[in-house]
Amino acid sequence: MSFFSEIPTMGRESLRDFKKGIDLNFKEFSRNYGDGIEGFFDPLLMFLVWLEKLLVNSPWPLVILVLAGLAWIGSRNWKLVAGTIVCFMLIGYFGMWKDTMSTIAIISVATLVCISIGIPLGILMSRSRKLEAGITPILDVMQTVPSFVYLIPIIMLLGIGKVPGLIAVCIYAVPPIVRLTNLGIREVDKECLEAVDSFGATSWQRLTRVQMPLALPTIFAGVNQTIMMALAMVVIASMIGVRGLGVPVLRAVSNQYLALGMLNGLAIVALAIIFDRVSQQYGKRLQKHREGRNL
Amino acid sequence: MSDTKIKIDSLYKIFGNKPKEALEYVKQGVGKDELLEKHNHVLGLSDINIDIEDKSIQVIMGLSGSGKSTLIRHINRLIEPTAGNVLVDGSDVLQYDEATLRDFRRTRTAMVFQRFALMPHMTILKNVSLGLELQGKKDDEILNSAMKWIEKVGLNGYEDRYPQHLSGGMQQRVGLARALTNDTDILLMDEAFSALDPLIRKDMQDILLNLQAELHKTVVFITHDLDEALKIGDRIAILKDGIMDQEGLPVDILLSPKTEYVSNFVEDVNRSRVLKAKHIMEKANGSDLSKGMPVDENDFIESFIDRVVAEKPELIVVQDSDKKNIGSLTSKRLSEVLKK
Ligand SMILES: Nc1ncnc2c1ncn2[C@@H]1O[C@H](COP(=O)(O)OP(=O)(O)OP(=O)(O)O)[C@@H](O)[C@H]1O
Ligand SMILES: [Mg+2]
Repeated sequence: MSFFSEIPTMGRESLRDFKKGIDLNFKEFSRNYGDGIEGFFDPLLMFLVWLEKLLVNSPWPLVILVLAGLAWIGSRNWKLVAGTIVCFMLIGYFGMWKDTMSTIAIISVATLVCISIGIPLGILMSRSRKLEAGITPILDVMQTVPSFVYLIPIIMLLGIGKVPGLIAVCIYAVPPIVRLTNLGIREVDKECLEAVDSFGATSWQRLTRVQMPLALPTIFAGVNQTIMMALAMVVIASMIGVRGLGVPVLRAVSNQYLALGMLNGLAIVALAIIFDRVSQQYGKRLQKHREGRNL
Repeated sequence: MSDTKIKIDSLYKIFGNKPKEALEYVKQGVGKDELLEKHNHVLGLSDINIDIEDKSIQVIMGLSGSGKSTLIRHINRLIEPTAGNVLVDGSDVLQYDEATLRDFRRTRTAMVFQRFALMPHMTILKNVSLGLELQGKKDDEILNSAMKWIEKVGLNGYEDRYPQHLSGGMQQRVGLARALTNDTDILLMDEAFSALDPLIRKDMQDILLNLQAELHKTVVFITHDLDEALKIGDRIAILKDGIMDQEGLPVDILLSPKTEYVSNFVEDVNRSRVLKAKHIMEKANGSDLSKGMPVDENDFIESFIDRVVAEKPELIVVQDSDKKNIGSLTSKRLSEVLKK
């Protein structure tokens, strides 16, 4: 009868040994390879530090000018440019300038990393059914596992700091760009591919001249999502030593500082809205070009 | 009879998981429907043999699903056959390795597609340049050829537009220019005009015939429209369920259809409108032809029938473009042809 009331377990002893075994093995692994892996990420760390310093140390009017310029290049929309300027003035006015610059730095680097890993991976995925079937569940796991769970091995391996934070952000933010690159390429009109094949294209020509340009709007939607997800990770990333708007939010949570939390939260929202609108407008312009504007 | 340009030899194509196994059934005489029902394979093509003459227009005709697209795609190997051979100028296309095949596609064949298949992200100029760009030709050379063909199909002024801005007929002219820019000796046209309105379609047919008179390419032209086939084709092959029912001169197909399928196809055709004098004449064999009513070899029956009724000539004399008498026709023969 007890079979039905109690689910079979492996027993406390063996379960503890089992977990301990994994932990010890991983600790052993990180002791042996942690430094090497850290060294591998050094150039990335240097780039991140350089960018952060640049943003923080440059005179604020110059930074706002550059950001407004980028917003203009992306969206060609005066309202968005004006909104960008106002938002950053307010952010500065409420004393969140430095944190915001740190956040922009890590988001930019994370997005670059995601693009340079995600797009090639998406391309590979689009070329083979098997690879697609293999990678898709991994992406699902990356998006659904609570981020705290993969923070643990990252911290064990690399300790606390910018690089582990960056990796955590990337793990969370890379799936959409992989997925949408794959989708975008698979959705390319079969007849266009047949046509380019019939004219004797190599597979590289086929990729660069037809598949990528036609998939670009979809890929860009992936970039947009990746940026948004990276922003959503800033608070969690700040738990493991990433500077930025997440730090005051964490402080506000533990000390019940309502205003501090709200302000920094709003700054994150403002960044999200600006990034989202600008990149969406840019994506739309890509599409418009496809339909041609010069009629 | 001139040389064979493209030889299609006992070609079979079966779609499915185990085409080789299904091939045995097909060779034992299993038809398309049975193959699908009992063996879960689609019969694309079964034992196709055609010799396509150099510098001629070979039409391939058949209803939807009869295997026309499948057949034409074997010529540039967009589709691999289950069995059989495809020879172009005597060399076996199926033996080509990747690089040779690419080269063959770049320099020997060019294709025009039913739904145009233009690149939506490229301007008309870029679309037309595509083939030469893939070959890595020099920029000015590409520009020259592309502009030449854009002009020939009557699209100058549209170079910088995108395909979406053009009407169907114009888009297909881009498709034609894109194919012609490659300067290949073989032109593959898969229902190139089927998506067009009747009037524009007639335009395109005329453009094609005019170009062909100048270029003398080997054209494989697919259509499901008999009038178009008769107008354009030097020879016509008729496909049904992956099997070739009949292949021959347009006039033979029209006047002596071999199967019921073919006769159904041809029964509604207005013969006086599609048959030309040269199709039904008896070749001149030394007899005196000086006294008949002269007609041009390319005149349709329709264009001289009224004169025949009015003048009641004893003999109708068929002349070529140099006014040389090349054959003759009696009114008896004429009424036979029209009555059938
Ligand atoms: N990739 C494929 N897989 C399975 N069956 C196919 C495939 N391609 C074609 N077929 C089948 O082969 C047969 C011939 O198709 P095909 O496209 O050659 O016909 P078609 O004569 O060009 O018709 P349409 O006039 O509609 O273009 C059809 O029954 C079709 O369903
Ligand atoms: Mg077809």
